[in-house]
Amino acid sequence: MNAILAAFELVFTWDVMLTLVSAALFGLLVGAVPGLTATMATALLVPLTFFMDPIPAVGAMVTCAAMAIFAGDIPGALLRIPGTPASAAYVDEAYAMTKRGEAETVLGACVLFSAIGGLFGTAVLIFAAPALAEVALKFSSQEYFWMALLGLTCAAFIGASSPVRGLVSLLIGLLISTVGLNNPAGVPRFTFGSTEMLAGIDFIPAMIGLFAVSEVFRTIAAGAPPWDTVQTRVGNIFRNWGGMVRTYWRQQLRGNVLGTAIGAIPGAGADVAAYVSYAVSRRFSKTPEKFGTGHVEGIIESTSANNSSLSSAWVPALVFGIPGDTITAIVIGVLYVKGINPGPTLFLFNPQTIYAVFLIFILANLLMIPLGWLVIKFAKHLLRTPRQVLMPIILVFCIVGAFASNNAAYGIILMLAFGVLGFFMEENQIPIAPCILGIVIGPILERNFVTTMIKADGSFIAFFDRPIAAGLGLFVLAIWLSMLVSAIRNRRRGDLDEALS
Amino acid sequence: MLRRSVLGLTAAGALAAVLPFTAPAMAQYPDRPLTIIVPWGAGGGTDATARIIGSVLEKELGQPVNVVNRTGGSGVVGHSAIAEAEPDGYTLGIATVEIGMMHWQGLTDLTWENYTPLALMNEDPAGVQVAADSEYDTIEALLDAIEAGEPSTFRASGTGQGGIWHLAIAGMLNDRGIDPAKVPWVPSEGAAPGLQDLVAGGVNIVPCSLVEARALIDAGRVKSLAIMSSSRADLFPDVPTLEEAVGSDWQIGAWRGIVGPSGLPEDVATRLTEALEAVYNSEEYASFMQGQGFGVRWAAGQEFADFMAQSNTALGDTMKAVGLAQ
Repeated sequence: MNAILAAFELVFTWDVMLTLVSAALFGLLVGAVPGLTATMATALLVPLTFFMDPIPAVGAMVTCAAMAIFAGDIPGALLRIPGTPASAAYVDEAYAMTKRGEAETVLGACVLFSAIGGLFGTAVLIFAAPALAEVALKFSSQEYFWMALLGLTCAAFIGASSPVRGLVSLLIGLLISTVGLNNPAGVPRFTFGSTEMLAGIDFIPAMIGLFAVSEVFRTIAAGAPPWDTVQTRVGNIFRNWGGMVRTYWRQQLRGNVLGTAIGAIPGAGADVAAYVSYAVSRRFSKTPEKFGTGHVEGIIESTSANNSSLSSAWVPALVFGIPGDTITAIVIGVLYVKGINPGPTLFLFNPQTIYAVFLIFILANLLMIPLGWLVIKFAKHLLRTPRQVLMPIILVFCIVGAFASNNAAYGIILMLAFGVLGFFMEENQIPIAPCILGIVIGPILERNFVTTMIKADGSFIAFFDRPIAAGLGLFVLAIWLSMLVSAIRNRRRGDLDEALS
Repeated sequence: MLRRSVLGLTAAGALAAVLPFTAPAMAQYPDRPLTIIVPWGAGGGTDATARIIGSVLEKELGQPVNVVNRTGGSGVVGHSAIAEAEPDGYTLGIATVEIGMMHWQGLTDLTWENYTPLALMNEDPAGVQVAADSEYDTIEALLDAIEAGEPSTFRASGTGQGGIWHLAIAGMLNDRGIDPAKVPWVPSEGAAPGLQDLVAGGVNIVPCSLVEARALIDAGRVKSLAIMSSSRADLFPDVPTLEEAVGSDWQIGAWRGIVGPSGLPEDVATRLTEALEAVYNSEEYASFMQGQGFGVRWAAGQEFADFMAQSNTALGDTMKAVGLAQ
């Protein structure tokens, strides 16, 4: 109890509060600019933390990362440019709602459920960190393989309205992910002798191209028509909160639990959590046909999941110093510099520090609501801007983001190429989201498949000879089987209908 | 801030174009912002080292220093960007041990000779880590078991195929007269996933640096049996060197140093080396490196060039011996 009081004293001082608010605004700004990620925002803070005390230093990074992940939803909803890969899973859905004139509902949902998700993940972090970390540490390449396969299955078959088109998109993404040197054997593939291509296809310019540039092309090709529904103002974002929480509390809870579980496993982050949650939401929805047309249900579940996974990524980081994602990897370095060495001893010897960090997690997620409201109020002006003016501005931001991803003009070329690809995919009703997931997860799937094979001397039994792996494997196979059965059943029913008519 | 660095880059590019006409201004080098290229991702050890060097260098030179990441291709992309930059002293880079490895694998033609060596800033020797519940308590017992056992009894991980830690264990086994192929290498995306797999029971040995294994050693999940260096680490004084434990003089480590493109003007190189020496001796740099657990090592000019040449030869010999070189 004394430790908790000490923690309050550490956190509630003017300089800590000021640091948190500034870091939050910085995170919101970076997250809202397409192409600039939460990881970049955190990395840019590192030199500043050298001059700070431990608590404000960690607080600044935690707050900045949480804000950046949420802010990624804003350009996603308003302009169909996912600010971070974690927002890519539901960006089409959110944009469809904006086009229908429901921007306030979707942004309100994003703020509210991001904050609740973050708080849920924090609660789990506070109460279950050591126990959860034990489970997360049991994950070897076999388990990661099944996790990756589960993510891909979700994206292609459950999350998409047409499984065949989803599969086409996924395969395009997987093909793209094979480019470069970043494979287990370290052999250059499809690089055509180019040094830049050795780095492979970075998903940031690819994502900006597929979603945003293709949208710019389409608008220009259609002669930049005005918005279908004229949205003069983003209304009260708080208006639908009560109704949404009452109607979708199940989805929210499921998103939180799933996000927390996925986030706690090192290496599987907010993006996987969002995709899997969106697919789960569609699968168990009473109205799956509404998905993709601008329906808030899937957005609630996946935005809950990506923010809760962000908090639970700290479980292995704080308990074992194993980074759950790139953001925690950066913060672990800062923790060491500040003398807060991650490990079980942190909980024993420095309880006031760890409680102070938890307190900052809670504050960061609460701050998200007022600050998010401010940013949304500011961002709504985008919707009043005529599209002839808006589209070139978007293109400028896209170019900045694509360049900044690796500080090279190569990113801009990639972005343009993917803009063209995205344009033709959409003209043929091929969804884009599975392709992004293919680019992100493809290398994880390949790496874990190959390393498992190396460890087992090529024996496939290895994928089932560890308890967690066997469980996950059977789960994935069961999903495939159930899809096969329902596909056959549908076809039979189709034949029957034909015979009857 | 990022936008500032982007603008800075553009400005740097524009200025580089007009530089031939403003040659007399070189007298007051540096008169505009500098850029340090990092061939590895934001958040890693190299990135952190470059950022602390950059922030102290800023004060020494009185000009902003932007740190930019050019990642991918196992470091080839960033190292190429440094070598291809204008040799005017405004674009520098942090070179890593991989510069002496990539060309042996046939990934690039670049070698250390494509750079102007400025200052070696850090070196972290490899260690030999096993899970805490492993039955082997000494490096000697482990090596004996590897020698006596069937091939593939032990597997090791901790970086990509042909990466620095892969060479560390292969070279150690080679030095002891054991066929390196007896311990197959399981490629991983760096030390952290390798250590995670060590604890999860997927692999048996992770020959990464001790600082990378620090959290798990402190947590009592991993133990370190030896360090491949001439002296023990300050952080872990109980871990013996290979020399002390088994009498092997095999030494290897990951190093980082600041370099410029080849052909840097001599006065510029001297100015930078002086500034970097001040950085190296600064309180901020020392306390940061100590806090992170990173080792520090200084060498400048010709001494750094000799160091890189020697590292290059040793790595090449090992890679040829274990069949990793092309």
